[in-house]
Amino acid sequence: MYRLAPVLNVLCVVVMIFSVSLLFPLGWSLGLADGIARVYLEAMAASLLLGAAGWVSTRKYKRELTPRDGFLLVALVWTVIPAFATLPLMLHLKTLSFTDAYFETVSGLTTTGATVLVGLDKLPGSLNIWRGLLVWLGGMGVVVLAVAILPLLGVGGSQIYKAETPGPMKDAKLTPRIAETAKGLWLVYLLITIACLLSLKAGGMPTWTDAFVHTFSIMGLGGFSSHDDSFGFFQSATLDWIAVVFMLIASFNFALHFLAFKKRSLRPHWQDPEARAFIVVITVSCLMLSGYLVLAGTYPDYWTALRYGTFNIVSIASTTGLATTDYAQWPIFVPICMLFLSCFATCAGSTGGGIKMIRALLLLKQAKRELIRIIHPQAVVPVKLQGQVIENNVIFSVLAFMLMYGGTIIGMTLLLTATGLDVITSITAVVACINNMGPGLNQVGPATTFAVLTDFQTWICTAAMLLGRLELFTLIVIFTPAFWRK
Amino acid sequence: MKIIILGAGQVGSSLAESLVSEENDITVVDLDSDRLKALQDQFDLRTVVGSAAQPKTLVAAGIEDADMLIAVTASDETNLVACRVAATLFNTPTRIARLRANDYLEHSEMLADCFAVTNAISPENIVTGTIEKLIEFPEALQVLEFAEGRVSMVAVRAFKGGPLVQHPLKDLKQHMPNVDVTVPAIFRQGKPLTPEPDTVVQPGDEVFCLAASNHIRQVMSELRRMDKPVKRVMIAGGGNIGMRLAKAIEKTHDVKIIEFSKRRAELLAQELNRSLVLHGDATDEDLLYNEHVDETDMFLALTNDDENNIMSCLLAKRMGARRTVALINRKAYADLMQGGQIDIAISPAQATIGTLLAYVRRGDVVAVHSLRRGAAEAIEIIAHGDSKSSKVVGRAINSINLPKGASIAALVRGNQAIIAHDETVLEADDHVILFVANRKMIPKVEKLFALSAGFF
Repeated sequence: MYRLAPVLNVLCVVVMIFSVSLLFPLGWSLGLADGIARVYLEAMAASLLLGAAGWVSTRKYKRELTPRDGFLLVALVWTVIPAFATLPLMLHLKTLSFTDAYFETVSGLTTTGATVLVGLDKLPGSLNIWRGLLVWLGGMGVVVLAVAILPLLGVGGSQIYKAETPGPMKDAKLTPRIAETAKGLWLVYLLITIACLLSLKAGGMPTWTDAFVHTFSIMGLGGFSSHDDSFGFFQSATLDWIAVVFMLIASFNFALHFLAFKKRSLRPHWQDPEARAFIVVITVSCLMLSGYLVLAGTYPDYWTALRYGTFNIVSIASTTGLATTDYAQWPIFVPICMLFLSCFATCAGSTGGGIKMIRALLLLKQAKRELIRIIHPQAVVPVKLQGQVIENNVIFSVLAFMLMYGGTIIGMTLLLTATGLDVITSITAVVACINNMGPGLNQVGPATTFAVLTDFQTWICTAAMLLGRLELFTLIVIFTPAFWRK
Repeated sequence: MKIIILGAGQVGSSLAESLVSEENDITVVDLDSDRLKALQDQFDLRTVVGSAAQPKTLVAAGIEDADMLIAVTASDETNLVACRVAATLFNTPTRIARLRANDYLEHSEMLADCFAVTNAISPENIVTGTIEKLIEFPEALQVLEFAEGRVSMVAVRAFKGGPLVQHPLKDLKQHMPNVDVTVPAIFRQGKPLTPEPDTVVQPGDEVFCLAASNHIRQVMSELRRMDKPVKRVMIAGGGNIGMRLAKAIEKTHDVKIIEFSKRRAELLAQELNRSLVLHGDATDEDLLYNEHVDETDMFLALTNDDENNIMSCLLAKRMGARRTVALINRKAYADLMQGGQIDIAISPAQATIGTLLAYVRRGDVVAVHSLRRGAAEAIEIIAHGDSKSSKVVGRAINSINLPKGASIAALVRGNQAIIAHDETVLEADDHVILFVANRKMIPKVEKLFALSAGFF
């Protein structure tokens, strides 16, 4: 109890703050007069009451949190908040099971974007707004998690950001550091969100509901849509390209955006090796795969291919998961490439998922180092990033992370296939969830939903989303006996 | 001239030696009385024991009426403070400081304003530059630049197979009608010859040629077969010189650098981007073998240990390195090794001294280069005045009364480089490049270029 109570105390505060965010769909519901305003009031009352009760009962245990408490808090926030977020869904859609509702909200808050709901177009507008808002809030949490909290905890090599991120994140104490960092990042996040919202509306989004839901989706790199046809509903090249631009922006490290705002120049982006690698990988993939689509005869001319290719490739590679077409119908090479890209393309500190470009870069450099060492046994070859030597323990962390990542994918795929799911569906569902990307292939493809899964399969996917979002170690460490030992 | 030298290390001692023979009053200051005693026994100079930057010591050394202070102690900071003290308390006109840290050199305005340094020199930069030239012209024993690089002088050893070898010098004109070149000196078995048009070049001769910089390669090909350009370089020793050199050439060459200290090797690996840093001993033949020393175009031993440099070069040469270059501080060792197994011995002190000498010499001297480790000199000097006040301006070269062994090799007039011929007439403000076979003639040359009193 001594370990758990102080963390629960903070958690209850987070729950209460979170319940306030229900005001947004509440207002929306009143504005649209879709008649479900009562649902939000009930949900808000319930979460506020529960939160307050929990806070009062754990108040006397309050103390300064240690890094170990940090793991627990982060894990609890990402598992408990989705449970409260299910309330409006459960209260309105009486037939929805808790398993599916929890999957949906976890999918939102981890910015995955996989859905179990069918008939999105007929859902009340405010409920779609609520789903979108979850993604956006999740993205907000993720940015701070990745830039400020994970480096402190040193998860999977992320400690390199502790010493090396220039600007506001350098050498400061825990609390002021996170608070200051978070404020700066959220401001940037908010500004870009507003820009995205206005661009989409000006670009021809029919309603504000659509504009808000998709802005939230894009900024959080989530992938929830207010239409079953996803982004393809709009059939507008202008909107496609606007979305591509903002998906790319959201895939950069937000710390870079923050610096760029502060210095009023794009130099931070250009100098950052991770951002450079991201841009190169995405550009080359889009150009080549679009060419492949033309050669394969999917699209008659290159420009059409480039439009559909770029949108869907950027969407999947950035782990957004919006779609303008059923790309599962494309020659299988392209969707597989896209799935592969989603594993590593996004930058650390963005709202995207996967192993992150920075780790991929470090792994490549480590591999190169081993090759040089075989030829020159006495060579001194440090792994360098931007002229800075990366310590070996960081490399080891990254290697362990990769092992864990691969192991988790294999283990979960085996579990899914054991329950009778076909291999392609199993593996793509796990990859799509652990990368917080969204749609897989086959039964869980872009044209279908995760509703086909059984409860057990759904829980596995939910777990995969949480593991991926919390960079594996943060969650797994809680299940080690050593964590609970005094 | 009254000159005070602070520090009796390698550079200080060689400098004292060079200057003593040129009618200067030299005082050397150092903390180590034994070293000073050795210097005093050998040369006609005064010594003072004491801390170089302290006014008391400087006064004892006669700073009050000194013309020049040369601070070459091991510590940059001592050198800087000494310059400041000399300027503030004693108004010494010229204050030269040797600085090792590049950081200081990059802020020249600070050196002049805060520390009153009139001239800063960096031996490591000079040596690095010298080696870079040798990598560019691997056939040359020495490459010197004059007039901001427009004219170069190279020392080349003649080998059988060069078109000019065993032919008289006047054939040069027929071989290369478009190239203007002069041969100011030839050393045969260590002894200087005065080259005449009929002098026949023998294999093994060390021939000095001077030509416009873009013709140098062609000139060298007359004296020996040209090697492939240097591509693979192995550097033993990652000290300041090794690191700077690797940094300068790693973009254009394959560089391997061997460093004994693990910590230093890690620093090198951090600083260098393309070079391969190896942790190990440069005299370890297994390491050299594994790293294919037999395929290296140039092996450079640049540690601060003479013996180590010599041994690793000998080993590398035996194992098949095409050309070896060693940094050798001791003059005796350098004379012993050069031309044998070690192709080029570079003496850091000698490389540095030329730059210092340029400030010491009377007359408007732009550059001084020591040749053959101090035996001979090449000087770039500006001719001033007119035909009345000067003994050189307005005269044809063959009518100038140069001491025997000294010769005018080239002129630079404005942007134009002119190779000197007998009938070439000197004009005011010409940069004259002179070759002086023996240092003892230097005062005579200086006198020749000095203005006569009537000018004022």
